[in-house]
Amino acid sequence: MTKPWDATSEHLLRELAPQVLGAVTRRFRDFASAEDAVQEAMIAAFTQWPEEGIPENPRGWLIQVASRRMTDQLRSAIARRERETTVAREAEIMVPTVDPESDMDPDDTLILLFMCCHPALTSSSAIALTLRAVGGLTTAEIANAFLVPESTMAQRISRAKQNIKASGVPFRLPSPEERAERLPAVLHVLYLIFNEGYASSIGAHLQRLDLAREAMRLTRCMKNLLPEDAEAVGLLALMLLTDARRAARIGPNEELIPMDKQDRALWDRAEISEGIELLTAALSKGAVGLYQLQAAIAAVHDEAARAEDTDWPQILALYELLKRVSPGPMVTLNHAIAAAMVHGPSKGLELLTALDTDSRLASHYRLDAVRAHLLELAGDYEKAIKHYRSAAARTTSIPERNYLMTQAARLEERPRGPDRNTTVP
Amino acid sequence: MKYILMMNTMKAGHGVPEWPKKDLQAHIAFMIGLNKELHERGELVLAEGLSFPDQAKLVRAGKNGLPVTDGVFPESKEFLAGFWIVDVDNPERAYAIAAKVSAAPGPGGAPLNMPIEVRPIMSGPPTEML
Repeated sequence: MTKPWDATSEHLLRELAPQVLGAVTRRFRDFASAEDAVQEAMIAAFTQWPEEGIPENPRGWLIQVASRRMTDQLRSAIARRERETTVAREAEIMVPTVDPESDMDPDDTLILLFMCCHPALTSSSAIALTLRAVGGLTTAEIANAFLVPESTMAQRISRAKQNIKASGVPFRLPSPEERAERLPAVLHVLYLIFNEGYASSIGAHLQRLDLAREAMRLTRCMKNLLPEDAEAVGLLALMLLTDARRAARIGPNEELIPMDKQDRALWDRAEISEGIELLTAALSKGAVGLYQLQAAIAAVHDEAARAEDTDWPQILALYELLKRVSPGPMVTLNHAIAAAMVHGPSKGLELLTALDTDSRLASHYRLDAVRAHLLELAGDYEKAIKHYRSAAARTTSIPERNYLMTQAARLEERPRGPDRNTTVP
Repeated sequence: MKYILMMNTMKAGHGVPEWPKKDLQAHIAFMIGLNKELHERGELVLAEGLSFPDQAKLVRAGKNGLPVTDGVFPESKEFLAGFWIVDVDNPERAYAIAAKVSAAPGPGGAPLNMPIEVRPIMSGPPTEML
């Protein structure tokens, strides 16, 4: 008995990936090889199921195929070892029977998330491994998403697994203390995947896998496993409230559209209301963290019917909290914008001077971009042009460079006299 | 983060390097080993070597947009000999790879200390960074 393959099937298959990997890893006690075997089982399913239909017990099917690969590998490894001495005694090789239901452990996905987002890994390796082992994506899909050759991505994943092996992480759920300590790293990896997807969602990059959606799917999964963790919920809210503006961010010629010029009718209402609902629930849980605060700021923007209705005093208050919870130059920069919107551009410019000596930001294009914007608000067009151009020279994003050069050109060509045409970058 | 590492070592009018066989072999083995290492680390996006400058043509659009080719070249001009595109975690790693390329062995096995130009590759739009 099989079910036909339809639009939801790929989703189902991806949800099963970490569960299958958990079962196979526990049975064979070898995460690195199990991960390869599950990848092969996933590829087999992606090739066979659309034609032959989905087996009645898809999870059991995947576990069986992956276990068979593992057993084959073990057999040939043992055969290699024994070839010269004795006949391989197959009876000694344990071929586990498949009992999918008893193997079921809802924590597997969580265990894998903690494992793949291990602090021993660089963020690029953690991202790649998480997408494959937890997200159920193929190496080719991940390589395509990051625009690198498939063999390079395969190496990156294999090295990540070697690092995990070398660091001796056991395949079990970290203790509650350990979990609390390592959760920020897991959330950070999911946040980076989302940003990668959000940043690449235009033009030539449209062909790329939708990493933002994948990050939201994984974060949703994380949130369901840790419903009491306010930051996991906050991160999902932040993603929804940011993704809601996606369709309005880029114009027909791939130009960046700043928030105050976006067509708010294009904002995704469903994502906004879900994000706000999640955020409200998260905030009621007590300790307010970095993601909840960023989500709260995104929510204030999303709730304004027009740009001029934006509640900037509330945004400013939230940035002040964020500066305390998670201080950093980017937060200071955004705080300065909010302060300028509430108290006027000279207040914002004054706050920026503190960043001139911050080595993390002093030569960053974003400091110039924000300064240009505030100078323009203050009516100092000549200096604004200069800073728009030096920001354009430093950014490594083509759409941002085009935007900043165009801002400078617009100011150069402005009709002489009072000019109130300004935008938030 | 992707970076391009450009090796500008060729000069117009200079042909293939006339080094002893052992030095040439050491140089070639070094480059092959380097590419293998970058691939194994999951960092290599692309590596290409270019033909010698005497194969190069300067092309401009003439009347009707047709190509007008021109031979080469001012004597002192430096030419791109090859390039690597790497995907690494931070600029320091890109510089470290460039330093390794720069120290490729030359005549007598001494490091060439070639200048390697490292530049970030432009990407899509930035994140909002609230």
